[in-house]
Amino acid sequence: MALVEIRDVHKTFHRGAERIDVFNGLTLDMAQGSFTALMGPSGSGKSTLLNLIAGLDRPTSGAVRVGGAEVSSMTPVQLAPWRSRHIGFVFQQFNLLPVLTAYQNVELPLLLTRLSKGERDERVRIALGVVGLDDRLQHYPRQLSGGQEQRVAIARAIVADPTLVLLDEPTGQLDAKSSQEVLHLLGRLNDEFGKTIIVVTHDPHVAARAKRQLHLDKGTFVEQAEAVA
Amino acid sequence: MKFLPLLRANLGRHKRRTLLTIASVALALFLFASLRTVITTIGAAAQFGSARRLVTTNSTGFVLPLPVAYANRLQAMEGVERVTWANWFGGRYGDGKRFFATFAIDPKSYLDIYPEMSVPPDQREAFLQDRSGALIGVRLLDIFGWKVGQNVTLQGTIFPGDWTLTIRGVYTPTDPVINDDALMFHWDYLDERSERTGQAGWYILQIDRPENAARVAKAIDDQFKSSNAPTKTGTEQAFNASFATMWGNVGLLMNTIGMAVVFAILLVTANAMMMSARERTREVAVLKAIGFTDRRLFGLVMLEAGIITVTGAVIGLGAAKLLYRATNFNAAGFLPGFDVTWSTLAIGGMIALLLMLASGIVPAARAARLPVVAALRNVE
Repeated sequence: MALVEIRDVHKTFHRGAERIDVFNGLTLDMAQGSFTALMGPSGSGKSTLLNLIAGLDRPTSGAVRVGGAEVSSMTPVQLAPWRSRHIGFVFQQFNLLPVLTAYQNVELPLLLTRLSKGERDERVRIALGVVGLDDRLQHYPRQLSGGQEQRVAIARAIVADPTLVLLDEPTGQLDAKSSQEVLHLLGRLNDEFGKTIIVVTHDPHVAARAKRQLHLDKGTFVEQAEAVA
Repeated sequence: MKFLPLLRANLGRHKRRTLLTIASVALALFLFASLRTVITTIGAAAQFGSARRLVTTNSTGFVLPLPVAYANRLQAMEGVERVTWANWFGGRYGDGKRFFATFAIDPKSYLDIYPEMSVPPDQREAFLQDRSGALIGVRLLDIFGWKVGQNVTLQGTIFPGDWTLTIRGVYTPTDPVINDDALMFHWDYLDERSERTGQAGWYILQIDRPENAARVAKAIDDQFKSSNAPTKTGTEQAFNASFATMWGNVGLLMNTIGMAVVFAILLVTANAMMMSARERTREVAVLKAIGFTDRRLFGLVMLEAGIITVTGAVIGLGAAKLLYRATNFNAAGFLPGFDVTWSTLAIGGMIALLLMLASGIVPAARAARLPVVAALRNVE
């Protein structure tokens, strides 16, 4: 059984009197441990698909299931704790809280768990160690480079050991060197730690790192490519 | 507790704004407590009075005197145990900038009738023995640095001339409502030097039982009804209450000002909280994406509002309670016993609670209702 199942999903937005159909019966499966890149022009529905999988948005019709749980039929009250357990989200603009240190930013998802302070501390240190920033625990975001900020954001996304790591243009704000570091990190997360990763990107280098590339245009897949191992 | 670093970080985001907001809440509640204490102090003064004491004044008004010869006739009335009298002297000391009450009293009977004025026995005796002696409230020692045995010269305003008196004793009120900055001297001394002799400003009578007050008062007023100086007698409490009404509807004024101040500060606090919440739209959306529930975010924003208002309330109300007590404030003798009551502190606490709800609820609800996708789309 696929980890992510998208079945006959329709999604419609209304902008004033204008009706925008983003998806018209989209169906897709993503396996556990996969690394998928979602590509396509602006407005093709990449980010909307990511939001539907994360339960941040709801399809107009159809079903979105993650790990057997029907995300699309959950209430907002059920969605928040589900998201904290199963989803790690990474944004293009990092979105770290500027008033918190790297350590405190990474600890945020763990505050929603029942872990003790000691257990939280251990996990935060491990996560920051995985992204190579265990020497920047007490640094604030303004004291970090863009690449380091995004690595902290990735540490925050993986610290609670989520089922899925979703990234929306993770290298969009980074220079080439930092992008490479982040890509290398994503590869490790997938290869060494078996994390299921879905990344939305325009960047062919990011897509090349994924094991599967899906090209969306006007809400439908126009091309799929599997990387050769 | 585990959210404390997040709360602390958010409050410290704009330290100056947070401190100014706390300071405005503190100032508002300090002013509220001060204004309300004016009301409670006047109210307490109006309530003061022994149920066994009556006051007899001229029926035309207490500024007009009564013959001192009434004393014996009052003493003879059924139910009257003791009689004393006093005159408002209206003296000035030095440049007169620091006002204090000055009375001429019949010393022995006055001190007998007012056990609430505690005087050391040797000083009481010295005061009674010295015709030009003065008894002063303990506060005057601090204000003017006077000492027992020192001569002080007052300028008479109603009774002209310089009046040199020797301080023979210091009284300490056992009831805070009694002025502790008054000066009293012998009525005989006043009468001897005054052109208007044989006049008492008002009489104070001690009766046998409180329930006889109305009957005795009526009997007194009936007795002097046809005289040249008819009387008006009532309980001491009613007499003091009549002074309180001379302040006019000061309670309404103070309450109105107090509420206006609190309302103005509410707007300031609410504005600061809303500004803070608006600046954090992106962060709230991110926290929701991480898994923070609407309810938790609502609680966190309310808690922030709570920390600001409670801190402000503790500072403002605490300062009012401690400051007035530490400085022994009594508004130059006009508000003896000025002390912020526990009920005022409780009401101030409730206002702080309302302030927290009113200033926090809009930004908290806004944070809770924030649509994540729209918010992230706007900031991405």
